[in-house]
Amino acid sequence: MNPFSSGTRLRDMIRAIRACKTAAEERAVVRKECATIRAAVSENDQDYRHRNLAKLMFIHMLGYPTHFGQMECLKSIASAGFPEKRIGYLGLMLLLDERQEVLMLVTNSLKQDLNHTNQYIVGLALCALGNICSAEMARDLAPEVERLLQFRDPNIRKKAALCSIRIIKKVPDLAENFISPAAALLKEKHHGVLITGVQLCTDLCKVSTEALDYFRKRCTEGLVKVLKDVVNSPYSPEYDMSGITDPFLHIRFLRLLRILGQGDADASDCMNDILAQVATKTEPNKNAGNAILYECVETIMSIEDNSGLRVLAINILGRFLSNRDNNIRYVALNMLMKAIAVDAQAVQRHRATILECVKDSDASIRKRALELIFLLVNESNVKPLTKELIDYLEVSDQEFKEDLTAKICSIVEKFSPEKQWYIDQMLKVLSEAGNFVKDEVWHALIVVISNAPDLHGYTVRALYRAVQTSGEQESLVRVAVWCIGEYGEMLVNNVGMLNIEEPITVTESDAVDVLEIAMKRHTSDITTRAMSLIALLKLSSRFPSCSQRVKEIIVQHKGGLVLELQQRSIEFNSIIERHQNIRPALVERMPVLDEATYSGKRAGSLPPTVSTSTGSSLNLPNGVAKPPAAPLVDLLDLTSDDAPAPSSSDGDFLQDLLGVDLAPIPSLSGTSQAPPSGTDVLLDLLSIGTPPPVQTNPSTPIISSPSQNSQTSVAPLERLSSLSSPLSTQVSSPAGASPIVDLLDGLSPSLSMPDNKAQESNFSDNNGLVYPSIVAFQSGSLKMMFSFSKPPGNPQTTIIQATFTNMSSNVYTDFIFQAAVPKFVQLHLDPASSNSLPASGNGSVTQKFRVTNSQHGQKPLAMRIRIAYKVNGQDVLEQGQINKFPAGL
Amino acid sequence: MYSSFYHIHFVLLISRQGKVRLTKWYSPYSQKERSKVIRELSGVILTRGPKLCNFVEWRGFKVVYKRYASLYFCMCIDQDDNELEILQIIHHFVEILDRYFGNVCELDLIFNFHKAYFILDEILIAGELQESSKRTIARLIDAQDSLVEIAKEQASSISNMIAQVTK
Repeated sequence: MNPFSSGTRLRDMIRAIRACKTAAEERAVVRKECATIRAAVSENDQDYRHRNLAKLMFIHMLGYPTHFGQMECLKSIASAGFPEKRIGYLGLMLLLDERQEVLMLVTNSLKQDLNHTNQYIVGLALCALGNICSAEMARDLAPEVERLLQFRDPNIRKKAALCSIRIIKKVPDLAENFISPAAALLKEKHHGVLITGVQLCTDLCKVSTEALDYFRKRCTEGLVKVLKDVVNSPYSPEYDMSGITDPFLHIRFLRLLRILGQGDADASDCMNDILAQVATKTEPNKNAGNAILYECVETIMSIEDNSGLRVLAINILGRFLSNRDNNIRYVALNMLMKAIAVDAQAVQRHRATILECVKDSDASIRKRALELIFLLVNESNVKPLTKELIDYLEVSDQEFKEDLTAKICSIVEKFSPEKQWYIDQMLKVLSEAGNFVKDEVWHALIVVISNAPDLHGYTVRALYRAVQTSGEQESLVRVAVWCIGEYGEMLVNNVGMLNIEEPITVTESDAVDVLEIAMKRHTSDITTRAMSLIALLKLSSRFPSCSQRVKEIIVQHKGGLVLELQQRSIEFNSIIERHQNIRPALVERMPVLDEATYSGKRAGSLPPTVSTSTGSSLNLPNGVAKPPAAPLVDLLDLTSDDAPAPSSSDGDFLQDLLGVDLAPIPSLSGTSQAPPSGTDVLLDLLSIGTPPPVQTNPSTPIISSPSQNSQTSVAPLERLSSLSSPLSTQVSSPAGASPIVDLLDGLSPSLSMPDNKAQESNFSDNNGLVYPSIVAFQSGSLKMMFSFSKPPGNPQTTIIQATFTNMSSNVYTDFIFQAAVPKFVQLHLDPASSNSLPASGNGSVTQKFRVTNSQHGQKPLAMRIRIAYKVNGQDVLEQGQINKFPAGL
Repeated sequence: MYSSFYHIHFVLLISRQGKVRLTKWYSPYSQKERSKVIRELSGVILTRGPKLCNFVEWRGFKVVYKRYASLYFCMCIDQDDNELEILQIIHHFVEILDRYFGNVCELDLIFNFHKAYFILDEILIAGELQESSKRTIARLIDAQDSLVEIAKEQASSISNMIAQVTK
């Protein structure tokens, strides 16, 4: 073979690439090199394999595909010499990851190298295994690694220890084999072995309670003693880092002690002295010292209570917080979050400083501080804190406004002492950052306004003023438009003036102006325009003088391109023109929206932090005595004789419009309420064209006049609580979040749900069939099995048992499974067996549900699912669609 | 169960111009995810001002970074890991590179990128710290380098012999 054919040296290639002036030039050089390397690969060239691999790694780092080099790595590893193996293993770690099938081929070479006589080759193999081993490799090679934990050279022992960590994370069942060799490592003197040994013990404790008990009983005292020696050791140049001997070792010891002390008073007791010593003696002027202090504080906070130590820890955090170094302030904020659980009072003392950090120029610090403030807010300090935050909202960076707004809204909702204050604060936020406000927030505001009859006039006037100056804030405009539509006459006539208000003069035509501007502003989206159209229609009846002008505005959209607006425009126009006599009845003020229903619904779809505040329907977010619960008025129900299913285009649109659900949601169908009555209040909010429910459905009391509202008696309160019980089941029940309907959209052809008795009889004798279980859903680490059974005598119904297993090494908490089905299917979910899914397949969560397929025999089952859970406090959401149900369900 | 396993998810070395000088992935990321991560993070980190803290919160993780001359050293860790310790590990890595190359500069790491990887492999395995002694690491790297040298000499002497014979 011609040695000159194999191209340039590595150095020359790098030079050539660096000399390229454009990306195109670079690509050309890389393409040429890759072609040469491919040729060498296909000729099985061995002399230059080493160099070619190095080149490939460089090309890989630049982001070009290099998969054709993967086999070269394996060949290089399989060759005898150290240099080839060294570059081969490096390539393996760089070009492959644990998910590639090719990796399985290397197991054998790894096994040989782990038993090699040259310890450096053993080291290479351990390093590669530690970095990329998969679960299968972990099982195959665990005995080798376990043996190497006792290897004569400490540098191999330390590598084997870290490799063991990878193995037990991949296959936690193997943990018990490593417990006693790991304990032996704790007695070593070599710092590398100690560091890795302590780390191994820590991770063993995390995967195995057996290991935790073992180390807690047998090693706590020994560890405390070794840490004492390390803390008191004299200066040693080899391990010195800014005056401290081996901070890494300190930190790992503190971390292991934390796990041993957590939940065990004896072990905690044993480590008190040394923790006090570390907390007081460590020099806080360099990063190394601060890193140790930080770890020490965390350990003190986690182990069993010792008030003296905790005071010490909080003081350290206080010092950190006033440090000029941004890094130190950042970690202080971070740690104070954890300290709140331990001693909220002590953290409150630093509130002023933390509030300053919210205004810091550093985004990382601001974010931390805001999270912390959020946790510090309570009933007594909500007013001043909210004021500070809203003041800051005016001057904060654009990119910070979203976070800040969300937090302010959440605080205001949760702790607001009275409705007027709540409305005031929300209007300030909407005027300042209305474009950052989430839909739920302004929906909730409308519900609250609707429930505060004394404040209708005040609110609509305040909104009118706000819109004059902040008309560019979308959600402010929407709330204003809605309120003007509902309470327009209060705006014009200064009805219900509060004594803090200054009277304003607004003519009927001024009010229509606001709506017209909202309609015509080019940035207004379809929701705003649709809401404006409704408001205009409402005003056309209340302000007869403006009726003609309203009609002209509405007519302009008759030829609009947006179907929804066009339809509304045409329909409203005909109401104004041809149905004068019924118009006033049609556009009467909305019945009071039911707060309890709304907050209950929201709780199902919001993150847990918020849902705790809004979830319980009796503990209303706002302090005003609640008027008798407005009943669940279902406008659609009243029209059901001519519209059999809520699937007319108008209805569909409305549900999308506000992102709320209209179709019967599965969880509600299981409760005592009939599904249709769960229709969202916000749907009612926008629906028109139905006669006021009072006239046709006298059994549901409508409270719409202010005088009735004040009669808060015992009976309605009872009704309130009885109302709340199905709602609270909904909150805890896994399904029922509003986004379900969005999931459904693709699935469901618009179908009605007739009780088709004829079909039922046709398929009455499938009962004896057995349906195979299926793996309904599988993602990286989560598996969901469905097994099926049919109750006798009911072929339409199937009982499905879902079994969830978690193959990852982390527990999934707050586990929630939700399902959505097409409209021809009814779904009833039972509660899950648990909301926490143990790690590594150690147990499972089961959940039963019943589906009734009304088109049984004609249409197969289909289902969309969402699974939400938390891993280490992080929210994870998985979703999927299941179409492969066994036939005949 | 206890909180997460602490470990470093990945190490990145990015130049001030946004060129990648070293990447090491200790958690599984596909090729596509890797380029996305690099793109996103260089966008965030390279634009941060000099006096700000060395931590960025990113996709539920934390990235600890520190600039040395023209290079940004970045390590990604879990939310509740010890950021200050990671800064110390970065510094440890830099000091060892410095000792090995003798006043290390970006060019050293470009032309000898594989050596930078070999050094990193002596400091971290599976995203965990392996050794706190700079001297031990220097000794281990030297020993392996000399193994390579010996092998090269042997190879060249053999090829010389073959050349002699076939002349």
